Amino acid sequence: MLRYALKRLLQGLVTVWFIATATFFAMHAVPGDPLSNEKATTAQIRQNLLAKYGLDRPWYTQYGIYLRNMSQGDFGISFTQQNRSVNDIIRQHFPVSATLGILSIVFAGIGGVLWGALTALYRNRLPDVVIMFLVILGISVPSFVFAALGQLGLVQLNEIVGRTVLPVAGWGSVAHMLVPALVLGLGTMAFLTRLMRSSMLEVLNADYIRTARSKGLPSTRIFLKHELRNASLPVVTVLGPAIATITTGGFVVELVFAIPGLGRYFVQAVQQLDYTVIMGTTVFYGAFLVLMVIVVDIVYGFIDPRVRLE
Amino acid sequence: MTATSAPRAVDFEPVRVDRVHARLTRPSLSYWQDAWLRLERNRRAFYSMYLIVGLLAFTVAGPWLWPIDPADQDLDQVSEPPGADRTVRVIDAYAPWAGASLAQAERLDAPLALAEPPTTQAVRLVWKPIAGAHGYHVYRNIFAPDPRYGLGLPVGAIESAVVVFFEDRLDLAPRRYWYAVVALDADGNEHGPAISTEARVERVITPYQAVQRGLVAAEADARLGATLELPLHPLGTDYLGRDMLARLMHGARVSLFIGLVAPALYVLLGIFYGSVAGFLAGRTDQLLMRFADFVVALPFLLFMILFKIAFGIGPGESGIFPMLVALVLLGWPTTARLVRGQILQIREEGYIGASRLLGASTSYLVLRHMIPNTLGVVLVTLTFAVPSAIFTEAFLSFIGMGVAPPTPSWGSMCNEGIKTMLSHPHELIFPALFISLTVLAFNLLGDGLRDALDARMRSRE
Repeated sequence: MLRYALKRLLQGLVTVWFIATATFFAMHAVPGDPLSNEKATTAQIRQNLLAKYGLDRPWYTQYGIYLRNMSQGDFGISFTQQNRSVNDIIRQHFPVSATLGILSIVFAGIGGVLWGALTALYRNRLPDVVIMFLVILGISVPSFVFAALGQLGLVQLNEIVGRTVLPVAGWGSVAHMLVPALVLGLGTMAFLTRLMRSSMLEVLNADYIRTARSKGLPSTRIFLKHELRNASLPVVTVLGPAIATITTGGFVVELVFAIPGLGRYFVQAVQQLDYTVIMGTTVFYGAFLVLMVIVVDIVYGFIDPRVRLE
Repeated sequence: MTATSAPRAVDFEPVRVDRVHARLTRPSLSYWQDAWLRLERNRRAFYSMYLIVGLLAFTVAGPWLWPIDPADQDLDQVSEPPGADRTVRVIDAYAPWAGASLAQAERLDAPLALAEPPTTQAVRLVWKPIAGAHGYHVYRNIFAPDPRYGLGLPVGAIESAVVVFFEDRLDLAPRRYWYAVVALDADGNEHGPAISTEARVERVITPYQAVQRGLVAAEADARLGATLELPLHPLGTDYLGRDMLARLMHGARVSLFIGLVAPALYVLLGIFYGSVAGFLAGRTDQLLMRFADFVVALPFLLFMILFKIAFGIGPGESGIFPMLVALVLLGWPTTARLVRGQILQIREEGYIGASRLLGASTSYLVLRHMIPNTLGVVLVTLTFAVPSAIFTEAFLSFIGMGVAPPTPSWGSMCNEGIKTMLSHPHELIFPALFISLTVLAFNLLGDGLRDALDARMRSRE
């Protein structure tokens, strides 16, 4: 168990190194340099600045410096925001994105499991047809449309009630989080519902369910203890990739709802070509996602004894 | 050895060829014929196919049937929803207005009135002097004034008590406006309640403009007071007065090009990579797949953005090519893994051994047996890759990293539409609808194909 975890972590470390390297070379291929946008610099100042940031050195030296700094957890200083290090930006804005992400994973997970179970129980009857239609809709509509509709809905809601029930944009309280998290989780919820439905259909036909029924167990107990628990196993396996989808999907939701998360900062950094922020955020997100996948895999080993971790 | 133990020719009875041992009651079907039949029975998947063909026709043939330049601006019809009134009245060129005197204003029936019928050329307001006012502020709003939300756009500030009229010529659209006037105290602060009135602005045009816009051949043809028809925009216009239908058609080119070509390319690359890895097996396979795992671990959208920056967009380029390259570079591992798994499985099949015994070469085995047998799974992956590529394009265009303006794409149109979704919802609804319909069609088709092609999935539903 421990050996497996260590091995996976080691592999993850190599993956993170690969991500960092790919990021470095991708940014190196960008035409121009971080200072080419700066105005009113003489050639001498430019040269001094390049020397200060080590940009006048050959790429392998730069790569070495870059890797050393990264391994010490130092992502450098932002090029466009005064006196802010990338670490500060991450420390300040990642918790916001993470809170939003966790909440939407919770929404998506609970919703997906419940809707999926419901559709399987009412297979080919009205609730199944209606929910599966909504699921197809959820998979086919882009997240920014949901975000826009969600915001529109909030405006209407506040209009009808006559006061601000839930704020339309911004960040700060639980009321700010609910709708953005729901919007963010919708796509994943639709995907999980589909998965849960097919897994539940399989479980419903399993022998142990027939046994449980013939033993005379009450149907609520069968549903909760036998069906729901066994059927939601596959949902856990896809949670790793789902976290990745939700974190990047957060960009759009953060933009539309004006939430000060890391995603919004990343988009901003890209538009301003803020090299260190782009590189730092990419590597940070990459490492985070790798870690999440490993955690999910290990957790899965605990939940499902049939999976042996080695 | 006795003669009786050895079989003799007379012991055997020749089998008569005309004797029927078993008869196929149905014609034998190849894998693909069978799959086609299954797909045909799946109504949803089949309608989706029609929808996809329709979308392609819309993209390819549309611009011939509707030859409007998507970059052309119709400044008389900005942000018009579909089916909007297109009539325009011809009036004389603008003449300055002298305003109204205090005496005239005192005789008004309402506290705030329109001096003349409001037109897009000018809206002329007159109001009863408010006692104790040292000046006035004039506001224009597109909603009925509501004290909670303020009075709207400040269009005028008057620092005199005797000027009780105002002429608004600021970017008038043919719609309802609400004007509000607030009195100012001696310090110039707003004081007292606002008086307001509603104005239904009529669209007008001067003969000179009518000739310029191509509505009439010569100024003499545009009689004063006559009504003309402005050009038709079936799906309305966007915030710059560009034809939505033409933009959707041209935008479809970008979205569908990315959506179809990128997956096709990376699936091909994946087939190649995966079959090489699967066939070589052993250490090479391990190494190749390790690399594929790395690429999968890259945060997809972040790297799409990185690559988009890295490949750069030169002046005059629309940025479709960098997006394509980035998608291909990041997309292939999924297919590669799938194909490799299939190949590893097929390698062990009996018919491969048999073929090898008959002297088949490696390349023959790969091309004749292995790749065709993975095609079903690959086709399903391809169909599901299309929606994700379309989503990626839309996402990038939405955050402003996609195609560069003025090239339209459905994603960038959504991005523009979302800013005005409250007042002009059609600018968001149409592109969003097209994205959703396309993605929906490919998803349903993918479901149908999977049911038809993937034998393992057949038992489920």
